[in-house]
Amino acid sequence: MTTLAFVIGIIYLVAATLFVLGLHQMRAPSTARRGNLTSALGMAIAIVATVVVALLGNGGNLWGWIALILGAAVGAVYGVVRARTVKMTDIPQLVSVFNAVGGGAAAAIAFADFVMHGTTASIALSSSIPLVLDVLIGSVTFSGSLIAAGKLQGVIPGRPITFPGSRIVNVAVVLIAIAAGVLTVIFGHSVLLLLVVLVAALVFGILMVLPIGGADAPVIVSLLNAFTGLAVAMAGFAIDNQALIIAGALVGAAGTILTLQMAAAMNRSVANIILGGFGTGDSPSANIADQDLTGIRTLTADDVALQLAYAQHVLIVPGFGLASAQAQHEVADLAKLLIAHHVDVKYAIHPVAGRMPGHMNVLLAEANVPYDQMLQLDEANAAFDNCDVALVVGANDVCNPMAREKGNPVSGMPILDVDHARAVVVLKRSMSTGYAGIPNPLFTDPKTGMFFADAKQGLTEILTATKEYVTA
Amino acid sequence: MSEELFSNLAIFVLSLLVGFEVISKIPTTLHTPMMSGANAIHGVVIAGAIVIASLAGSPVGYVLTFIAAALAAANVCGGFVVTDRMLTMFSRPKQPTPAPAKDPS
Repeated sequence: MTTLAFVIGIIYLVAATLFVLGLHQMRAPSTARRGNLTSALGMAIAIVATVVVALLGNGGNLWGWIALILGAAVGAVYGVVRARTVKMTDIPQLVSVFNAVGGGAAAAIAFADFVMHGTTASIALSSSIPLVLDVLIGSVTFSGSLIAAGKLQGVIPGRPITFPGSRIVNVAVVLIAIAAGVLTVIFGHSVLLLLVVLVAALVFGILMVLPIGGADAPVIVSLLNAFTGLAVAMAGFAIDNQALIIAGALVGAAGTILTLQMAAAMNRSVANIILGGFGTGDSPSANIADQDLTGIRTLTADDVALQLAYAQHVLIVPGFGLASAQAQHEVADLAKLLIAHHVDVKYAIHPVAGRMPGHMNVLLAEANVPYDQMLQLDEANAAFDNCDVALVVGANDVCNPMAREKGNPVSGMPILDVDHARAVVVLKRSMSTGYAGIPNPLFTDPKTGMFFADAKQGLTEILTATKEYVTA
Repeated sequence: MSEELFSNLAIFVLSLLVGFEVISKIPTTLHTPMMSGANAIHGVVIAGAIVIASLAGSPVGYVLTFIAAALAAANVCGGFVVTDRMLTMFSRPKQPTPAPAKDPS
């Protein structure tokens, strides 16, 4: 080992340590921002070290550096502009796009490395295997994440898209990709074979995500995030760069944990989500007038305001409906008004409320809701027993008491015990079912009142009505 | 198989374990910024783009370098900026809240 290689190895180790420390600091909101900056510092160190090695090494040629600088400038401008202008409700799509480009970059690097080796003697198995895996995984992530982002954005229909014989086509594409990959490793030189791997993997990424319902898209985004981590680690093996291996493994672990947690919170297995074609993501805005409302107590904004104004403990249960109506500011204004009127208001947040885990917390934080008012599942469930009014805004399955019974689609799913509150108000557009497609007995509970409205509209009406009571 | 490969594999496996350990302690409330932050970290793939740039010696190499650099830079710059934007919202100073009614009803 030369002195330079040793020094660079140490610098990469420092960068990797900063990545781990940065993630560690994400455990609490007070240190999380510093954690992100710590990771960014690690990144800067790794980049500078790599540039120095490259310059001190063979130096490359001018055109290579120009291509690098031009590319990096284009990418950086795109990334920063998107990051600064994205609406907080659209975060899951953007995470998916950034994930796609990461996977694409890993695949492009492996491909370039292979092409450059291609003319020389055959590549050692210890490089060729990770190279092929990198191209395979990176390409699947690239196309798959873009499709998932399209589904979340609504550019591609959220409903599962399938066509006759799609399973067979899927299997065929996978077999082609794997066969071409194996042949590439065996024969070494063939750029054409690797191109087949690349194209087949891109096609498979598209076919894999198209049949997945919009509601499940976040799980796929998380799974593909883990894949990108693996692809980056493989790129690290291929070009013998430890910083890539460590960072890739960390991200692989993060994506895997999130995927499993999300699947558990949705009461589904990961395999079931991938093969399922479940949940449309576009909830039908059914007409209330056509629905059977027997056994249902409907409320007006005034009724809700009266209940809230005279309550001591209020828990707000925000759901997907609130996120899609972008009503986070309205709900925060209502809470602020009640808190000023000495009502104790907290938010009960289910792990999968919003479009991805923790998304609801980001939306509420955007509306200036203090972190200590957001209760996680366990804390919230302890608080429902002492809660006068639970205000459910656009949530359904996450508070369906049928989860406690056996033999239905939500059995065993962790839920918010909204039915333990003394009174329940549900603000919802219609009686339509959630993604699980089953009725919610909470809505017909005698202590529940339904207020049918769009989340934003309904909350504004409640806010106006509440002002009458608290200022009178 | 080389010693190099073995030590790289050991690093990979240990990093996976560290990742599982560190990530599983992060509360659900911070999962979205964490995912976005982890996303930015895999932008380290830009180091790979730099290595490729220094090896490139043909038009194909330059084009692939350009593509890899553009994708990786979008990943790393966008990822850190959007994560920071989210986390700034979490660390805003608390607004003064009047003491809530504490008496159990």
